[in-house]
Amino acid sequence: MSQLLILAAEGEAENPLIPPIPELVIGLLAFVIVFGFLAKKLLPNINKVLEERREAIEGGIEKAEAAQTEAQSVLEQYKAQLAEARHEAARLRQEAQEQGAALIAEMRAEGQRQREEIVAAGHAQIEADRKAAASALRQDVGKLATDLAGKLVGESLEDHARQSRVIDRFLDDLEEKAEATR
Amino acid sequence: MSADPTQVLAFETDCHIFDGCGFPAPGLHSFLFEPIIGHQDDAIYFNKTMLLALLGSIVVVGFFWAAFRKPKVVPGKLQMVAEAGYDFIRRGIVYETIGKREGEKYVPLIVSLFFFIWMMNLWSIIPVAQFPVTAIIAYPAVLAAIVYILWVSLTFKRHGFVGAFKNFTGYNKELGPVLPLAMLIEFFSNLLVRPFTHAVRLFANMFAGHTLLLLFTIASWYLLNGIGIAYAGVSFIMVIVMTAFELFVQALQAYVFVLLTCTFIQGALAEHH
Repeated sequence: MSQLLILAAEGEAENPLIPPIPELVIGLLAFVIVFGFLAKKLLPNINKVLEERREAIEGGIEKAEAAQTEAQSVLEQYKAQLAEARHEAARLRQEAQEQGAALIAEMRAEGQRQREEIVAAGHAQIEADRKAAASALRQDVGKLATDLAGKLVGESLEDHARQSRVIDRFLDDLEEKAEATR
Repeated sequence: MSADPTQVLAFETDCHIFDGCGFPAPGLHSFLFEPIIGHQDDAIYFNKTMLLALLGSIVVVGFFWAAFRKPKVVPGKLQMVAEAGYDFIRRGIVYETIGKREGEKYVPLIVSLFFFIWMMNLWSIIPVAQFPVTAIIAYPAVLAAIVYILWVSLTFKRHGFVGAFKNFTGYNKELGPVLPLAMLIEFFSNLLVRPFTHAVRLFANMFAGHTLLLLFTIASWYLLNGIGIAYAGVSFIMVIVMTAFELFVQALQAYVFVLLTCTFIQGALAEHH
């Protein structure tokens, strides 16, 4: 077996740096196949797609930028609206407060007025009652006094007119005395 | 076919240490394959490396076909991976060295070069294939020649005949008396050595990487006898380590190749002072 290998070594007198023509041809052919496919079809294909992708990405960035500016403007609009709404709410609250205060004041005034009315009516009623009571009392007192005087004097003071005058004069005196002592 | 010594694989020899047979070391014969069709000395033949080269180009085209045939603005997983690779070459290499404005035209070439070379290198660690196509000088040579022709023609187109000559020779009046010598060296270095080193850098790296992998793989098998088993284990660990290292070197060499290509193109396009 080793003899075969020795034979092999002897058989290889060829210089490994001298290329055989058929190998050169096949090498060229093999490379031309690769170069042909890649240069003519496959690399232009991928270049086109890479270009498309680049454009798509740039387009996407532009879109995103547009969306962002829109979002920004919407946000500002929203903020303005919110501020306006707050302002409006404050105004309404202020107004309501004012209205409430006015209402309370009005109610108070009305209550005051009603109270005064009631008090006045009460006073008038009392006055009327007092007067009625006074006149009734005067009559009763007069009658009582007449009766009493009649009994004491023993004669009936028939004469009504005279009787009445005397009583009135008496009462007036009483009133004057009461005024004076007050 | 088994009669051909170049096709004998280490594990087929059933040769182990202490069995009285020598170590079947890898060598130049490991890089020669009995043609599948025809014979090595014929004008036309077809061997494993050629098959891998063509299959590799189909794999690269197939991958990008699947990813970029109907690309979507919102990419799928495959498209995203392919786009990442494409973008790495386009931005990371071409735009960085040549610039966006002038470099755009060369993006398809550089992308094709990178993925083609990477795939050719990757065959080295793909099971069953397990051979880097770029370890055969013909393949790096073809690619370096394409770059060389592009570079030279671009230089002439951009600077005219005299300008191109100055560009190639690194003409600089300030050098004074050493100028002729400097021009001679620059001319030699740029026009003759540069394409050679460009191709050989890739070739030699892959060649060496494959040889190392072979060495440790064969050793793992050869040592598998008696006390040698322990050493076989170490050797096998080295196979795994070297495979990982090769994975890195494969991508790195593809990167270096296209980076140099970009530098050459940039040099051709740059105004000469």
